[in-house]
Amino acid sequence: MLRFAFNRLLQAIPVLLIVISATFFLVHSAPGGPFSADKAVPPEVIRALEAQYNLDQPLWQQYISYLGDVLQGDLGPSFKYSGRTVNELIAAGLPATAELAMYAMLVALIIGISAGVLAAMRPNTMQDYLPMSAAMLGICMPSFLLGPILVLVFGIHLEWLPVSGWGDIPGDKILPAITLGTGYAAYIARLSRGGMLEVLSQDYIRTARAKGLSEPLIIFKHALRGGLIPVVAFLGPAFAGLLGGSFVVETIFQIPGLGRFYVQAAFNRDYTMILGMTVFFATLIILFNLLSDMLALWLNPKLRQQAGGDS
Amino acid sequence: MKPQVPVSTSSAFFTISLILLCSLLLGSCGSSENNVSKGNRTGTLHWGNGTEPQSLDPHIATGVPEHKIIVALMEGLVLKDSKTLEPRPGVAESWEISDDGRVYTFHLRDNARWSNGDPHNAHDYVWSWWRALQPALGNLYAYMYFSIENAKEYYEGEISDFEQVGVKALDDLTLQVTLKNPTPYFLQLLDHYSLYPVHQATVEKFGTADQRGTRWTYEGNIVGNGAFQLRDWKINRRVVVERNPYYWNADNVRLNEIVYYPTENAITEERMFRAGQLHYSGTVPADKIATYQSNNDPALRIDPYLGVYFYRINVETPQLQDKRVRRALGMTIDRDQLTERILKAGQIPAYAITPPGTMGYYPESDLRFDPEAARQLLADAGYPNGEGFPSTEILYNTSEGHRKLAVAIQQMWKKHLNIDVTLLNQEWKVYLNSVSMKDYQIGRAGWIGDYVDPNNFLDMFLCNGGNNRTGWCNPAYDKLILEDAAEAETHEQRLAIFTQAEKMLLADMPVIPIYIYTSNNLVDPSVKNFSGNILNQPSFSEIYLESDNGGQQ
Repeated sequence: MLRFAFNRLLQAIPVLLIVISATFFLVHSAPGGPFSADKAVPPEVIRALEAQYNLDQPLWQQYISYLGDVLQGDLGPSFKYSGRTVNELIAAGLPATAELAMYAMLVALIIGISAGVLAAMRPNTMQDYLPMSAAMLGICMPSFLLGPILVLVFGIHLEWLPVSGWGDIPGDKILPAITLGTGYAAYIARLSRGGMLEVLSQDYIRTARAKGLSEPLIIFKHALRGGLIPVVAFLGPAFAGLLGGSFVVETIFQIPGLGRFYVQAAFNRDYTMILGMTVFFATLIILFNLLSDMLALWLNPKLRQQAGGDS
Repeated sequence: MKPQVPVSTSSAFFTISLILLCSLLLGSCGSSENNVSKGNRTGTLHWGNGTEPQSLDPHIATGVPEHKIIVALMEGLVLKDSKTLEPRPGVAESWEISDDGRVYTFHLRDNARWSNGDPHNAHDYVWSWWRALQPALGNLYAYMYFSIENAKEYYEGEISDFEQVGVKALDDLTLQVTLKNPTPYFLQLLDHYSLYPVHQATVEKFGTADQRGTRWTYEGNIVGNGAFQLRDWKINRRVVVERNPYYWNADNVRLNEIVYYPTENAITEERMFRAGQLHYSGTVPADKIATYQSNNDPALRIDPYLGVYFYRINVETPQLQDKRVRRALGMTIDRDQLTERILKAGQIPAYAITPPGTMGYYPESDLRFDPEAARQLLADAGYPNGEGFPSTEILYNTSEGHRKLAVAIQQMWKKHLNIDVTLLNQEWKVYLNSVSMKDYQIGRAGWIGDYVDPNNFLDMFLCNGGNNRTGWCNPAYDKLILEDAAEAETHEQRLAIFTQAEKMLLADMPVIPIYIYTSNNLVDPSVKNFSGNILNQPSFSEIYLESDNGGQQ
């Protein structure tokens, strides 16, 4: 398993290099620079600014020195936020984004697994159709629609929950977590329904039923553990997706996370910020995929054998 | 077959889930008092502030959100009256102006202090203005200094001795400023943050004077001279300022605290305002304005704003080289229809570039909505009934508001002139690039005044003006603005020269004025002394909060 992880990490190096290079040259070729503004910027100011951020050097030289800095873990200064480094901005945004992703995952698991199990218990009945239709709706419902609807109902009309904020007002984390988690809940519902259906048709479940065990006991004690394997395999990529995909929710709910920085960086042509965020997310996605693959290996002896044979 | 997930794993998973769920829900217990009622009790103003500030260094910052924070933390020699915008004493308690209008002598208050208690004197201004004119600092507002003798020459490297620049500390409390020409709006400039003083010891503690991006403006570091001081700055979350006990007028400051919220999204900010999380929001989504208006909601404040929305014409475009064509385009925009049917927030149709009433200046414009005369002009230019007129493109930066307006204008030109116009939207930075490279035919534009004077609008279109971007150049116009207006002896004479210049501009029409902006603010009724003015500039040292039971803070 260790060798597998090591191999995968080795493979990650060229992937990251490609990501950095592609992003570097793409952002530098985009029209409009970081210092262009509505009001004309005098040439002497542009020169001073470019010199300060080494933008006056040839592109290849900038590229080499950027790679060198990244190797040392230095993502450079932000062009837009004067005096802040990209590392500092990522560190400032990560806790909120990670916390949001965690709560959203929790919401997704609770709703998704419950719906999936309910549906699998009586396939092709109303108990199956109802949660599965809801899941389909959840997959289709974009967060930029669901978020404002939840805010209107629970924030403005009922006044139960705050309409925005993060850790400022009691309860302000609930609506964002639900908004972000719903789409994933829907996926998890479908995955756990599939997993449960497969497990419920296995012999050992039939044996349990023959022993006269109650249905809840069969589901919770015997079926659930096996039925949730597809969900567990989904957790890694899902968590990476939650971290990287929370921009809309962060904007709707005014959450001081990473997503907003990422999008603003692109609008501002904040080269180092765009690059830094891309490198960071790429690393994160690679790591989560690796973790999730290792988890799958650990859970599934068949896969483990294959991986062992390959390496 | 055995279950594959070990019991310990699943129970650990459920335990973690339970803990997370509890922490999510536990947070929801607590008082239900919203920010506004709590703030009214404690004297805390909750202010929706647009985007995250990029810098709080007054010699580096450029945006409106930064401005709203800097004016709380720092102050210039002169303040503006929050209603009339007339100059009022700030750090300078009085001043004299020489008979030729070129030499200003400021007498600073002896009780002016920095927020760390250090004495604040005339030498601070000499050093700060020297710093602001260092090209390496990248101060985009350096031009605000150019009315001072030799400031431009120093900035552009023509002279290297700052002694020659017209700013001198005669003694600790007397500052003398010598101008190149009499500049009637000079006192106003002093209230612009780019001319605010900075605390030398603090700036130098964190880097050199001309170094950008040092940490001197961060919480715990920054020292200012304004009514408030920085207490907390959490990126993308909030900026909190509290009363500065050393402020010369601290006894009359009534707010205890201001919390600025960087809300990227106007819709979110409006929702926060409605839910009582904000006292103020300055970015009302356009489609919400009608709702507030139909409800007669007193929270909505619409005031004229010193800004103009216009279309630039690239006069180098073959079919737009003839000024008759440009005039015809300008004469077939039904501005009343645009403001009443599309914009719907009290905007004023614009027939000149300078907003009417700027320093008592009312532009005389012969521009009218006159399709018939426009058709004649177009025919005279060789395009009778629009025949043979090449398809022309309107460029705008991506925004629903700009699109709606462009579509309406496209239809008006089709209807009245029978010409085909296409629309092109570009993302902001791409659009800026296209306009500055003159890679456009007709381009949407806007200009917000930095100070209340026609000069701020008219000097945009000088031949080598960085913001001209139309390719239009008229030496006679340049002479009026640069020489005649600068040398005018009376205010009336000066305005008459501006009138003449603006007529010249409108006759050639390298720009088509469309409407004068309004500022749309949502202000909670508990916020008192909030005066709408044409610069939309709040005076935080005057604002106070009145709670529901009438108690004042």
